[in-house]
Amino acid sequence: MNVIHFMRQNYTQLLDLSLEHLWLVGVSTVLAVLIGVPLGIVIAHRPSFNKPVLAGANIIQTIPSLALFGFLLPVPWLGARSDRLAILALTLYALLPIIRNTYTGIRGVDPAVVEAARGMGLTESQLLFQVELPLSVSVILSGIRVAVVISVGLATIAAAIGAGGLGEFIFRGLAMVDDRVILAGAIPAAILALTADIAVGFLERRLRPR
Amino acid sequence: MLCGMSTDGNAAIEFRNVSYKVAGTEVIAGLNLQVARGETLVLLGRSGSGKTTTLKLINRLVSPTSGEVLVNGAPNAQLDVIRLRRGIGYVIQDIGLFPHFTVERNIALVPKLENWPPDRLRSRVQELLTLVGLSADLSSRYPHQLSGGQRQRVGVARALAADPAILLMDEPFGALDPLTRDELQREFLSLQERLHKTVVFVTHDLREALRLGSRVALMEAGKLVTVLTPNEFLKSSDPWASAYVRAFGDRLETAANRGTS
Repeated sequence: MNVIHFMRQNYTQLLDLSLEHLWLVGVSTVLAVLIGVPLGIVIAHRPSFNKPVLAGANIIQTIPSLALFGFLLPVPWLGARSDRLAILALTLYALLPIIRNTYTGIRGVDPAVVEAARGMGLTESQLLFQVELPLSVSVILSGIRVAVVISVGLATIAAAIGAGGLGEFIFRGLAMVDDRVILAGAIPAAILALTADIAVGFLERRLRPR
Repeated sequence: MLCGMSTDGNAAIEFRNVSYKVAGTEVIAGLNLQVARGETLVLLGRSGSGKTTTLKLINRLVSPTSGEVLVNGAPNAQLDVIRLRRGIGYVIQDIGLFPHFTVERNIALVPKLENWPPDRLRSRVQELLTLVGLSADLSSRYPHQLSGGQRQRVGVARALAADPAILLMDEPFGALDPLTRDELQREFLSLQERLHKTVVFVTHDLREALRLGSRVALMEAGKLVTVLTPNEFLKSSDPWASAYVRAFGDRLETAANRGTS
């Protein structure tokens, strides 16, 4: 009755499931960054879009994850492969912290710096890429960090719809009423979350403007 | 740097019946004003009198509701806004140095955007640091490692980087301690003696206005009250001008004659 023993016995499967888990989290985080950062930039510059966008992302966040997976199941192209579905759901959940932190980060740039930049004749894109983004990068990264940690946890539920990942062990263990199997999924998931947290946290500190 | 035909021989900047309204409030009302090439025109007035807005109308950080602003004879609304701004140096009270750039990158930003070659950039930065009285080894520092006075010097160097003919200064020395302010005012005068830029300088400090300005434009509630030379200002019978003179008390003559205040 030893977790370590079980994990060593099922070494290859554990590795496969961890990689699946990483894949789900990785792809959904990249998608959420690709959508969330531009959206955050837009609402930081057009305050009238700010409320609807943040409210939308907030509403998504309130939908229970299991229910969201269930809702998406009948959607034709998505439902065909459960990992697509899981990635979409995880992306949606990751949006809120990323959009919100991008917005907060850019709005937090010293107005004097922005005014000086405009007055010196920077174009809007020069202002964005040379001033606003570099100065808010650590705030944006801390949003991504939150998103990744949430995703690692949420991705375990993806196993419920057959998307794989470390949730497989957790659900199997629940069905078998076997703590070892549950922990064989939960411990690596926790380690994954911690590692991701530390890694992005490191990046955040490295990129913080002086 | 700025192109455009000059219609009026000497005016570097001209306001023609300019008004600016925000949400029904008239911030600037019917402003007519000419700034001659090479002069230092000081906009003097209380907070909310519209002097900062007047400044921003020149580099189009603000666009007039009616009327037009001519820069080197051409309506600035018809100029490319990026070209217009790069040809005008801009210094603000809060300085707005880029905290993530070194002093060197801060100063070299506009020339770099204008694709100056690296060696020319470097020598220009050294030249400017000397010009504003800073030691060359500050160039690799970050703004937070500088004192307030040093920061504002970098702000001035940055504004001068691409050698603009026009310089806009919005209370640049307002946040400095009296000694540093005095020092920077003195340096501004000696700098201006060499460079002959067209300067529009905003302040609410009469002493500073008299000391630095070749002319002082007094503003009140969005209107231009009067434009006078420092010595005329002291003798003026205009009620607003004399109210200022009374409020600032004695020893203003020294300031008007460019002495220490």
